Parts: sequence; C-alpha cells; structure tokens
Amino acid sequence: MSVSILRSDMWTEHKHLLDIESESIHIIREVIAEFDRPALLFSGGKDSAVLLHLAVKAVHPGYLPFPVVHIDTGHNFPEVLSFRDKTAKRLNIDLVVGSVEEAITTGRITVPAELDGSRNQLQTPVLLETIKQGGFTALFGGARRDEERARAKERIYSLRDEFGRWDPSNQRPEVWNLYNGHINLGQHMRVFPISNWTELDIWRYIAAEGIEVPEIYYAHKRKVFERDGMLMALSDVMQPVPGETVVDRNVRFRTVGDMTSTAAVVSDARTPEEVWAETGATQISERGSSRADDRFTDAAMEDRKREGYF
Amino acid sequence: MLTTGLQMLPWKIANAKDTSNMDLLRIITAGSVDDGKSTLIGRLLLDSNALADDVLSAVEDASKRYQSHSINLALVTDGLRAEREQGITIDVAYRYFSTSVRKFILSDTPGHVGYTRNMVTGASNAEVALIMVDARHGMVEQSRRHSVIASMLGIDHIVVCINKMDLVGHDQQVYETIKTRFTALMSRLGVTNVVYIPTSAVNGDNVVEQSSNMPWFTGDPLLTHLEQVPSRVGLDLLPLRFPVQNVIRPLRDGYYDYRGYSGSIASGVLNKGDRVRLLPSGHETVVTTIETPRGFVEQASAPDAVTICLADDFDITRGEMISSLNECPQTSKTVDAIVCWMDEQSAMHQGEVYLIKQATRSSKALVNGIESRFNITSLNGEIEPKSLQLNEIGRVSLEISEPLVFDNYATNRITGSFILINESTNATVAAGMIGPPRFPFSLNSG
Repeated sequence: MSVSILRSDMWTEHKHLLDIESESIHIIREVIAEFDRPALLFSGGKDSAVLLHLAVKAVHPGYLPFPVVHIDTGHNFPEVLSFRDKTAKRLNIDLVVGSVEEAITTGRITVPAELDGSRNQLQTPVLLETIKQGGFTALFGGARRDEERARAKERIYSLRDEFGRWDPSNQRPEVWNLYNGHINLGQHMRVFPISNWTELDIWRYIAAEGIEVPEIYYAHKRKVFERDGMLMALSDVMQPVPGETVVDRNVRFRTVGDMTSTAAVVSDARTPEEVWAETGATQISERGSSRADDRFTDAAMEDRKREGYF
Repeated sequence: MLTTGLQMLPWKIANAKDTSNMDLLRIITAGSVDDGKSTLIGRLLLDSNALADDVLSAVEDASKRYQSHSINLALVTDGLRAEREQGITIDVAYRYFSTSVRKFILSDTPGHVGYTRNMVTGASNAEVALIMVDARHGMVEQSRRHSVIASMLGIDHIVVCINKMDLVGHDQQVYETIKTRFTALMSRLGVTNVVYIPTSAVNGDNVVEQSSNMPWFTGDPLLTHLEQVPSRVGLDLLPLRFPVQNVIRPLRDGYYDYRGYSGSIASGVLNKGDRVRLLPSGHETVVTTIETPRGFVEQASAPDAVTICLADDFDITRGEMISSLNECPQTSKTVDAIVCWMDEQSAMHQGEVYLIKQATRSSKALVNGIESRFNITSLNGEIEPKSLQLNEIGRVSLEISEPLVFDNYATNRITGSFILINESTNATVAAGMIGPPRFPFSLNSG
C-alpha cells in the first residue's frame, strides 16, 4: 500500500514534530542495536504511551524485541491498569510487572510512617529489583526535559550505577547523535528518547497519530475533595479528613501516578485537541498542578533521581 | 498502524498558542557567570510566556532564600542544588520555548575554561550560537574562546549579545567599539553570518521587545532575529548519506523474504528507484521502497528516520553507509581530525587505542600522533605536544581497525563527527571532527 504523502505540506505544517519524532526513533534504534537486553518502562501514562508508539514504529514491520516493565504501586488508577493490560495484549508484547504491594506484604520493603500514603518513593527499590531480576541493561523511560529543572540537565543516555543512582556531576558528554552505550557490569542505562518533547508536543502528536491514552486524561465527572489546594480523587486509598468536603466535578488528570499524590484539574477537555488547547492556554506547569510529591522542596526531583527514581 | 493524521492537524482554538507552520531551531548559549547569560535566558522564557506561574513563584521563593532582593531570573535555569549553592552553572541544561513560528531548543552551557567540553557538547547540535558579552568589559578571553568553539563546531550563525547596556548608559559608542573588535575576530574565524544586538537582560531591552532606551539600534530584538535565522539550510542539497542503523527481518507471515534497512538520513534526498552505492563494499543497488513512520513514500530527506528495501541481497549490516552513486564519501583506514579531550581521569597520548563510534559504525582507533595542540584563546598552536588533557583541543592522526566511511566535518556534521570511548572505563573521552580546522592556527614548535 503505497501512499504518496504530500511531504512538502507536512514539512511546512509540522516540521518540528517530524524532527523530534525522527530523533526519538533514531535513539530507540540505537539502543536496540547496542544493548543486549533493553526494556521499556511503561507507567500507562501519556508519555509512555507515546514512547511505546514510537518504539513500535522504530521496529516496524518487525515485532518489539523487548518487554515492557510496569512498577505497580498498588495505588494506581484502575483505568490505567486496564489500559496497560489492553495495550500489552493489542501489541502482543511481554509485560513484566514489579509490585510494590507484594514487596510490602512479603516484607522486602517497609513503609516509613512519614510517607503519608504516597508510594512514589517505594517504587525505586521495586524498580531496581525488577531490573536486576530481568537482567535489563537499558531501560527506556518517557521523561521529558521540560518537566522539571533537574531533568533539564539529564542526558538522553543516563548512566546508572550498581545502586541505580544518577550522578549529575559525572554525566557522559553527549555530542551530535552519537550515543555511548557501553556500560560496566552491574550498571544500566536509562534512555529518554522523548527528552526534547514538551507537553504540548505530546498532545499534538497524540491527536495527530490517534494514540490511545487512559480515559482519565480526558474530562469526566468524578468525586473529588480539596487538599492543600489540589483536587484529589476519592478512592479506597484516598479519603477525606474532617473539614474536607467531597464534591462532583468535571475533571481530568495531567499525569497518572499514585492515586494518593496525583491531583485532578477542573476541565471540560474531552479530546486530545481540546487538551492541547487547554494546555497551551494554562499557566500552571504539569508537575506543579498535579504531583504532590514534587512540591515538598524544589530539589525534590533531584533527590529522587539520585536515588534511582525514573 | 498507518495514519496520515499529521496532515490534518491545523486546528485553531482561541487562547491556544498557534503552532502551525512551526519549525525547530537549536541554539547554544555560552557566557560566564557574570555576563548575564542565565538572566537573558530567564528573560526569554519569561517574556515569551514559557514560564508557568508555579515555576515563577518557586523562583521568587528561591530568590529570597538565596539572598537576592528582586526576582532572580537566573534561578529559572540553574537547576541543580550544587549550582545554586555555588552560584554557577555546571552542566549543559536544555530549555524549550516556542513562538508562533518556531520551537526553540536551547542548550545552556557554562562559560569558564574548565567547561570547554560542555560547550562542545551543547554546540555539536546547534545551528545558532548566542555569545554573551558584558558591555562594561567588551571582548574578554572567554568571548574569544566561545567564538572559536562555535566556529570549529561548524555553527554558521552567531549572535553576539552585548549585554548590560544599562550599565554603560545605553551608549552607542560602547556597542560600536565592541562590534568592531568582534568583526575582526569573526572574519579570521571564517564566520560570515554574525549579528550584534545591544541588550539589557535585566530590564528586557532588545530581548523580546524593541528597546526605547536605545533608539539608535535599528536591528531586530533577539527573539525576532532568532525567529528568522534560516534553519538547517542546505542539508537537502548535500549528497545522500544514509548510515544503516539496524537490519529488520520480521520472520513472520508475509515477511519471510523481507529485509529492511533502518536508519536516519544524514544528508541529501532519497528517492524510490534511486541507484545507490554501498560503502565500504562499493556495491551498487536500487532503492525499491522507502517507509517513514507514516507509511510508504516516494521520497525522503534528512533528517528523516526511515526503513528502506533494496533490489539486491548483499550482506549489509549495521555500519554500512548507503551513498549517492557518484558523489561518495571517503573510505580510509587513516584519518586526520580535530579532537576535544573530555576525560578527567586520563589524557590522550600517542600509541593509545580507543573505541571509535562514527555514524553507526564502531571500530578501534590507534592514536598515530598528536600533531598539534591549539590555544583557542590566542589562536596559536603548539606542534607535537606530549598529550591532550581535559578541555584541550588538538589535531591528531588516527589509524582505524577497519575502513571508516566519512566526509570532512566541514561539509557534513553527521558523517564527519565521531566519539572516542575508553575501553576499560567505558567513558566518552573525546569528541572528534574529521578534516582540517575551519580556520588557520599559527603553529610554533612546543
């Protein structure tokens, strides 16, 4: 089926998206060529959905030659888990799940009291355990540099030591499109092919390509309550305390992490186009509006990355 | 799987930034701690509305904590804790902003001599270099070094921001004097597209808006200029270079005879039906299909990531270069190159062996000799130095374990560049550019 696309039109209309798409596919192909055991970290969120879509394109018409890894905090939105399973089935890919719940139940990790319900920090040891068990030498992640100040300084190939840690003062120079995939025993590489995409690019691409994302990214009616200026979804793991009132609101989520630390935003945007338009007009950054865990200190992300977080 | 959605996109909704017809421009900024580079970037982000409210308020809070009185725009970009404590920028940071016509990727690099490798890193992919000068000090050693590196890395467009004009009374004479000195340097460096803009980043003069404090300046403000710089001109006009990244063999129904070669077009245009040459083998064959992320096409061009099929069944593996039939790259086991040494733990010496990665090919490289070491401030060169240390740049000759297929860096930044990797530490130790330097150094024996 040979489709003659009006290339000149595409270049002039959306050249920057095609450029970053090509860049991402190039990076994915480099990893496939140079690492013996890659895997893709799939949170079920929009960025990892785009990443997976790009990976499928990078190997087309072949099959994806690596598994998809999900770290399940046990506090994930049910919509995200069913999206994860549906996607794995549709693409016929291996899904490896590392369970925080199971690690807690079996006593492999303990929950510090001061965490206040959020399990984001607990993902790190489970992730590192999953990497070790799978023998993965490279993990694709959907992080973008526009998300946060520490990420703005991270390389596309981010070397992790034996303990999964990132050392920001000792990063490899990354020149032209030449990536160094050589690692020592015990180390692994985190690779971020969509580093140069912004949140707006992601939504525009989702719209253009018709990429499916969990329905909670689009406006829907939900029971929520306000805490610390953020709207939290009512769930088994998130209950109001006295003084907090549950209300029905039209909301959507901008990120889909742990239910205890992911807040909703009031919105009527029901399509990728509408989300894109709303994102372009809004004045609150993605992580700031909906990730309670980044708000503790402005060095919060840097600290978690050093400890082996995504 | 195949959609043509990107063609149907240009929706326009009130309040959303209109980003149709947008292209991409990669910029590098270099400057020292004091010349206001971070402030200028903060100003660009702030005035182009790329800063969200919560980021802004975090910066305001941090400004108070780090003991500055007014809002410190530099804190927008100084991301890591160590940098805030020391008040310097220690690594390459990437910033994103867009206007109605362009998306900008800005790599922000520190300026001191100890960070030459960071500037080389940021400059390697940039099309425009933004060089910051403090109007009170004019051209200092560091501004010379930044200009030299930008030129060496093949950046064709340079913008010199003569900043802190408010501290010299917005005096045109100061601007003209600095401009004259730079013009002489740029001509020696072979850079022809240079623009000089008098700015005050703190006050926003000539950054996004035209300054009313300097009516004598009739040029465009910085952002307007950046919107107009031609992006990636001429890549299509170069001969075809397609380094094979991967061979795709699906081994499933309908594809048992399929053999696709995937990769990114480094330069030129690839047409279905083109006769092409395979290198280093020298075989000729014909391109039968070209597939992009959106399906089969008749034509693709740099920097598209594609998968192609060929008429003949040669044994092609990763590292093979597919080239236009008659305008071929060079094939050789020895190359001369300019290298920037980037490793803290070791130095380059004659006789050492490294891994070399060039395009998609990895081989071994023996250092046959270090011909010279450049002083990028004085533009003098020392002949046959004993070594190249961290942040030093020199000309070397390398012997490669198998033939390298390349162009000179001056004509092709993708096929003319390489990295060297230390086999025992796996560190990236050098960035290299094949061929002579873009401008002459005066050589003295060391």
